[in-house]
Amino acid sequence: MRSDRVRDRATPINASCEAVAELLPGVVDGTTTLDRADRRHVERCLRCQAELAQYRKLLRAMRGLRAATVPEPTGLVTDVIAHLEAAGERSAVRAALTGRKVAYLGGIAAAATAAGAGAAIVLVSRGRKGRLPLAG
Amino acid sequence: MRLVHPPSASLDELVEAAKAGDAASFEELVRRTSADTFTLARRLVSDDEDARDVVQDAYLRAYRSIGKFRGDAQFTTWLYRITANCASTHLGRRRRHRHDELDEEVDVPDTKPEHDPQVAADGALLRQQLEAAIADLPPRLRAVVVLRDIYDLSHAEIADELGISESAAKVRLHRARRRLRTQVFPLAGEATATGPEEHARAV
Repeated sequence: MRSDRVRDRATPINASCEAVAELLPGVVDGTTTLDRADRRHVERCLRCQAELAQYRKLLRAMRGLRAATVPEPTGLVTDVIAHLEAAGERSAVRAALTGRKVAYLGGIAAAATAAGAGAAIVLVSRGRKGRLPLAG
Repeated sequence: MRLVHPPSASLDELVEAAKAGDAASFEELVRRTSADTFTLARRLVSDDEDARDVVQDAYLRAYRSIGKFRGDAQFTTWLYRITANCASTHLGRRRRHRHDELDEEVDVPDTKPEHDPQVAADGALLRQQLEAAIADLPPRLRAVVVLRDIYDLSHAEIADELGISESAAKVRLHRARRRLRTQVFPLAGEATATGPEEHARAV
C-alpha cells in the first residue's frame, strides 16, 4: 500500500502536492508517517497545510458523532426483547425435542438389551436341556 | 436467582449477571445500549427497517455468546463489533438478493438537537453535512470509516468483522476520508456537492 511505504531519502524535496496529498488521510491520525522530504514539502506548502488542517477538522467532527444518537424507532427495545424470547422458546422447544429423542432412543436401546438378554437366557436354558441326556 | 437489581446496577454488574444467565440483566443491557446500537446500525445500512433487523440480530448474537465475553474490551465495543458483523452480513445478503448498487444514496438520519441554540445551529449543520456525506459513501467505504473514526475500532478489529485484510481496511479508510474531506471541508477549486456558502465557509 502506498501510504505505508517508506520513501527513499533521495526523493526530491519538491515532492508534488499530488503525491503528498495521497498520504495525508493517514498522516492525520499517525497511521502514515511522512518522510523528511514530504515533511519539508508540507512545511513550505500552504495548500498541503490547509488540506492537513481540514483532515484534522474532519477527524474531530467524526469523533464528535459518537455522542450523537439517531432517534430509535418506537418499540425497538420491545421488539428486540420479544425476538430474544422467541429465540429462547425455540431453543427450549428444540432442547425438549432433543431430550425426548434421547429418551426414545434410550428406551429402544433398553428394550433391545432386555430382549437380547431374554433370548440369551432362553438359548442357554435350551442348551442345558439339550445337553442333559448326554451328561447322564 | 436474581443476582443484581437491573435498573440500578452498573453496566459491568449487568454484564456479569447476564453472563451468569440472568435474562432480566440482559434486557436492561438492551435498554441502555439500544440507542447507540441502532445509531451504528443506521449509519452502516441503508434505512430504518434494515437497521432494526441488524439490531435484532446483533442482540440475539450477543445474548447467545455473552458467556464468551471475557471483558478484555468494553461491553459496548464488543457489541459494536457484533453489530458491524451483522450489518456486513445484512448488506452482503441484500446485494445478493436485490442487486443493490454499491454506491446507493441513503436517507440522512436526523440527530438529536443540542441544548445551546447557537452551538446547536453550527454543530447541527456540520453534523448534518457529515452524516449526509457518510451516507453518500459506498457501503464498503462507509463501514470502515464509521467503525474507525466514530467508534474507534482498530484496523485489525474492523478487518476481522468485515472479513477483509487489514491493508484493505486501511486503503478503504484513506479513500473514505478523502471523499468526506472533499465533500465536507473542500479546499478552493475542489469540486463539491455542497453549496457555495458551505464551500466558502470551509475554505
